[in-house]
Amino acid sequence: MAAAVEESRAGLAELAQVPWRAPTDERFLRRYARIWLAWTFAYTVPFLGAGIVLMALEPLAFPVVLASLAHAWIIPELYAFRGASVLRVKGPRNAHAEPVAQGLLGDLLGHESRALQRATGVALERGSMGVWLVGEAGALLLPAGGRRVHCFCVRATDRTLPPADRIAHLLLALRTDERGFATVANHAFCGAPWRVRRRLPVPMRPGLDAARAVARAA
Amino acid sequence: MSRLIRMDATGHSTLAEWTAADDAAFEAAAREFRDGLEQGYIGVLDQGEGRAEQVRELPRDAGLVIMRRPIAGG
Repeated sequence: MAAAVEESRAGLAELAQVPWRAPTDERFLRRYARIWLAWTFAYTVPFLGAGIVLMALEPLAFPVVLASLAHAWIIPELYAFRGASVLRVKGPRNAHAEPVAQGLLGDLLGHESRALQRATGVALERGSMGVWLVGEAGALLLPAGGRRVHCFCVRATDRTLPPADRIAHLLLALRTDERGFATVANHAFCGAPWRVRRRLPVPMRPGLDAARAVARAA
Repeated sequence: MSRLIRMDATGHSTLAEWTAADDAAFEAAAREFRDGLEQGYIGVLDQGEGRAEQVRELPRDAGLVIMRRPIAGG
C-alpha cells in the first residue's frame, strides 16, 4: 500500500503528457483571473469608446455606433459561451450502459452531490482550490467567495464511455491530484458566474447555483 | 470483499474480487490489474470522502480499485 500511495504523491499520471505546463495552482488562477478581467476591458472599452465618440461627432453615424456597441456586447458573450460550453453534453449517449455507469458514479458521490448530479447532470466536488462542478467533458472551478468561475475543458480519452463514466473519470482524476487535474485541463474562460450561468443549459443552472452557494460559504 | 473494476463502454465490468486471506484470488486480481495497466488503464484506489489514490500495484487490503482511461485537455 505504501508504494501505491507514494506513486500518487508523484502527481497525476497524465501530467507526463504536458511537461511544458506550469502547475495550475491558486496563484496561477488569481493571475489568470486578472488577465481575463484586463482582456475583457481591452476588447470592450475601445468599442464602447468609439461608439460614444462617433455619436458625439456625428449623430447620423448611429448605424456605425450600433455596430460598435454590438461588438462590445457580442465578444464578451462569445467568450462566456465558450466557458459555459465545457459543461455541455457531448458525444454518444450510450443509453444502454448509462444506468450501470450512474450506479458507480452514485457510489463515488455523497448523498447531496448524488441528488444534484441526477437532477442537473453535473457533479459538485469540494476541493482545496475551491468548489468544482464536473461535467462530461469539462469542469468549472469556483474559488472561495464564488465571485469568479474558471472553466476547464478536459475529458476522458475513451469516447465509447457512457456519460456518467466520463464524469467518474474526471472526478477520480480530480480527487487524485487537484492541481494536476487543473494543469492537464485546458483553461477556457474566467469571469463572473452570472456570465456563464446565462449560457448554461437550463437544467444545469441549479448546479452552478449550488456550487456558488458553497463557494460563498467557504 | 475487495473488488477490481474497469470503467468501459458497458458502464463498468468487474474484473476480479478477492479477500486479503485468499492468495489465489488476489494473484488473479493482480494479473488482471497488470494487464489493465499494459492496456493503458490507470489504477485508482477509491478512499471515500472525496479522496482517491493512483496505484501502480494492486493493494491487497483495498476496498475498491477502479481502472480508468487517461484524461486529456479538450
